Amino acid sequence: MNFVNSLGIVFALFGAVLAALLPGIGSAKGVGATGQAAAGVVTEDPSKFGKVLVLQLLPGTQGIYGLLIAFIALSQIGILGGAAQSISAAKGLLYLCACLPMAFVGYQSAIHQGKAAVASIGLVAKRPDQFGKSMIFPAMVETYAILALLVSILSIVGIGNLKI
Amino acid sequence: MADNEYTYAVARIRSKELTLLNSQAVEQLLACKTYEECLHILADRGWDTGTSGGAEGMLAAERDKTWSLIAELAGDTSEFNVFLYTNDFHNLKAAIKQVCMQTEVPHIFFSHGTVAPNTILKAVQEHDFSRLPKRMQAAGQEAFDTLLHTHDGQRCDVIIDRAALESVYAAGKESENEVIREYAELTVAEADIRIAVRAARTGKKLEFLERALAPCHTLDVKRLAHAAVSGINSICDYLTATSYDSAVPALKESLSAFERWCDNLLIRRIRPQKYNPFTVAPLAAYLLARENEIKIVRIILSGKLNQLSDASVRERVRETYV
Repeated sequence: MNFVNSLGIVFALFGAVLAALLPGIGSAKGVGATGQAAAGVVTEDPSKFGKVLVLQLLPGTQGIYGLLIAFIALSQIGILGGAAQSISAAKGLLYLCACLPMAFVGYQSAIHQGKAAVASIGLVAKRPDQFGKSMIFPAMVETYAILALLVSILSIVGIGNLKI
Repeated sequence: MADNEYTYAVARIRSKELTLLNSQAVEQLLACKTYEECLHILADRGWDTGTSGGAEGMLAAERDKTWSLIAELAGDTSEFNVFLYTNDFHNLKAAIKQVCMQTEVPHIFFSHGTVAPNTILKAVQEHDFSRLPKRMQAAGQEAFDTLLHTHDGQRCDVIIDRAALESVYAAGKESENEVIREYAELTVAEADIRIAVRAARTGKKLEFLERALAPCHTLDVKRLAHAAVSGINSICDYLTATSYDSAVPALKESLSAFERWCDNLLIRRIRPQKYNPFTVAPLAAYLLARENEIKIVRIILSGKLNQLSDASVRERVRETYV
């Protein structure tokens, strides 16, 4: 039983790692794809650099959200402050579960937001006057990353107060 | 390359599409009073009107620019070779006739092909068809032997044209690119219908039609051949039951109206690629759009040079991609 309980911190740390890892990978893919499209447009028309740069940055936010969740989780379990607490296996698993929304939704939404941003870069290439509208389409995908971020934050903070 | 590796290429194509001639630009060209005025407008749009060789030189330079861009973007252009197959087979036909007739005709070869015209000519001169791609070997040999023994130029044409259509169709079937599949199917179907109409007008026999028509997915060539033997009305009746029913009025008007209808149909079918941000299909669509644009400019310029009426030029002009 002591061995199982000692795994609590491992589960919690695994959750924090997933929260930083998966959205980070997703963001890298999304920003990479939009970067290619942006380079294609700027090759033909360098004056569109500012507009396509904004669109390229949109899928990068999930990586930041993931990092934020990882920070909160690490500070809750004491690893960040250098005073790691002994937490039960149940609590560790709860931390792991709390990190999963951000991990998975962050990963998928970054990739799909990247695709939407690539399409929007095509729109800006043809109709630069529609830049405002072109921002809305990929920004809609952001909604789901923000929802996942909220669920993960609320859960992690809530778990900290549980006495298990 | 994987489909997601065309993101850069497609984004550049999106920007390039802005320079394609749209319907207003075509109207502007049609409204020009002289050939020189047309050239002036084209020069303003970035066309290289200063090349030697007049209008044809300019159009060839534009085609070169397009292929260079595609080569730069896609790296390997072999996927788009299907668009050049008809030129290869034209060159094969020309080389066979030139060698058999022992005459030299200047400017008989198309410069754009997957095989250099000199290679084709040498293969025919030396009767070594193994130098050619596999798709051209058997047809080249058969057409050469036929022309040599029968001196029947039409039979030679039929053999090579059929092989050209079969090559285009096979390339379309093998391709995962929807634009190439669409192009292959429409090219073969259009050629079959054109052959059937010409055969019906000249009273050709069923045997000729069965030899000339190439199978494709959207037409039953056996039924088309039988319809052609019965006359043009039978061809129209047959087409009414196919996906080419809307071609019937154009077919009744003239073969040139039918060709225009086919070109417009292809452009309409590939137009959705304007909104496809991934895959190689928008590159293929751009190539076809540029070919279509070159065709439109050629029609307008030759109309202006030969002082044709505005109406007769207008009825030949195709729809634009953008």
